[in-house]
Amino acid sequence: MSRDPKKKPLTVDQKRYSELVNELVPKPLYLRNAIMAFVFGGVVCIIGQFFTDLYKISFKLSSTEAGNPAVATMIFLGALLTGLGLFDKIARYGGAGLSVPVTGFANSVVASALEFKREGLVFGVGSKMFMLAGSVITFGVVTAFVIGLIYAIFIL
Amino acid sequence: MATKLGKQTYKPDNPPYIISTGTVAGPFEGQGPVGKYFDHVYTDTLAGERSFENAEKEMMTNACFTCLNKVNITPQEVDFFLAGDLLNQTITSGFSALELAVPYLGIYGACSTSALGLAISTMLVDGDYARLVLAATSSHNSSAERQFRFPTEYGAHRKPTTQWTVTGAGAALVAKEGTGPRITYFTIGKVTDMGIKDANNLGAAMAPAAAATMVQHFADTGNGPEYYDLIVTGDLGKFGHELAIKTCITRGGFDLTKNYSDCGIMIYDLEKQDVHAGASGCASSALVTYGYLYRQMLAGKLKKLLLVATGALHSQCSVQQGSNIPTIAHAVSIEVE
Repeated sequence: MSRDPKKKPLTVDQKRYSELVNELVPKPLYLRNAIMAFVFGGVVCIIGQFFTDLYKISFKLSSTEAGNPAVATMIFLGALLTGLGLFDKIARYGGAGLSVPVTGFANSVVASALEFKREGLVFGVGSKMFMLAGSVITFGVVTAFVIGLIYAIFIL
Repeated sequence: MATKLGKQTYKPDNPPYIISTGTVAGPFEGQGPVGKYFDHVYTDTLAGERSFENAEKEMMTNACFTCLNKVNITPQEVDFFLAGDLLNQTITSGFSALELAVPYLGIYGACSTSALGLAISTMLVDGDYARLVLAATSSHNSSAERQFRFPTEYGAHRKPTTQWTVTGAGAALVAKEGTGPRITYFTIGKVTDMGIKDANNLGAAMAPAAAATMVQHFADTGNGPEYYDLIVTGDLGKFGHELAIKTCITRGGFDLTKNYSDCGIMIYDLEKQDVHAGASGCASSALVTYGYLYRQMLAGKLKKLLLVATGALHSQCSVQQGSNIPTIAHAVSIEVE
């Protein structure tokens, strides 16, 4: 028998109970959540596009060059809304529409930094800041490495 | 000394009195349907402190002093202080015990701590170890969120089964002599595991524990659910409440539909306050029982109450490692003559 708690089989009683729970407890409203995420995510992208165009026109940048300051602006906005205590309230409705774009990344970093500021600069803010964003960075780097490897082998 | 009834229930020979209670709550709880029954409602969840943990300590200490002040008893007269909370190493209780300077027994039953405290108080008082025992518990939404879930400002999406941790603290003073409602029975629960792993569905995880303790209590005492004017569980929430009713019927054929409610449903307006399935946290049962229901009993509107406080004994670590959520429930029968 496996010692991994995840693989421990359920007893008959437990199985019967989990069936009862599944029957009674409502599923999250997937369609509604998806529509809300689509709308909120779309709004975030429109705002991002606005800043890209603004930087293109005002600083005479190319589309690629204007992308970086536009992303920075979106990060700033996400961080600002988190600091003002508004981000989590909007995200209750927007869901993945706000958390998937870079605004969600900013929120996870700033929320952690704010939360742990009372534990001091080193053990609080410094080490806990990437508590949630850490996995995004880790898997971002891993993915980039794998894609880079594929690119190097097949395309170069 | 007590008489043991059946397997898990005890009947004290001289039922102790709950001579006073103290309840303090956060602003959000103050706006709820039973908010007007709390002794003090803070205007800010930080309660004038620099961290949420300190705020929780301030709340528990305030609840204890409020409880003692109402009956003009100084901490020096109290024999034991029993307290527990949700934070690691029950730090809120430790710091509150420091301020009270009363011999302290730390207890942990997660959200079942209110009934656990009353049960142990009864043992101490009825067993002649003490004349006065103060039992307290607390929880704080922001300190619990960051320990068990995410930073408070993190924009996480909440499932319909999610419950809202109550901010507040409650204390009860259990005495050998005096006036007030008396603790006539208590049933100590066993740890239950019905295979639930989802920490966002604690109501479903705790409902079987509540049902098991209730069924055992009814069987041990011979009093069915109809003996009580009201039966309340601690913090099962909307879905846990329904599951407990269903499980009680299948396990022992007891019908709870007439006089059974849940503190986690009573403390908030589920629709207007947008708390999804209801409340959770040690303070849920403590605030509703020591605030609202205790006053109802003093006013004679409620004579026989069964408090079944429910606790999920998981840690963040055990959940992340994939273990099931172990849960427990303790029942305390409180009656006025």
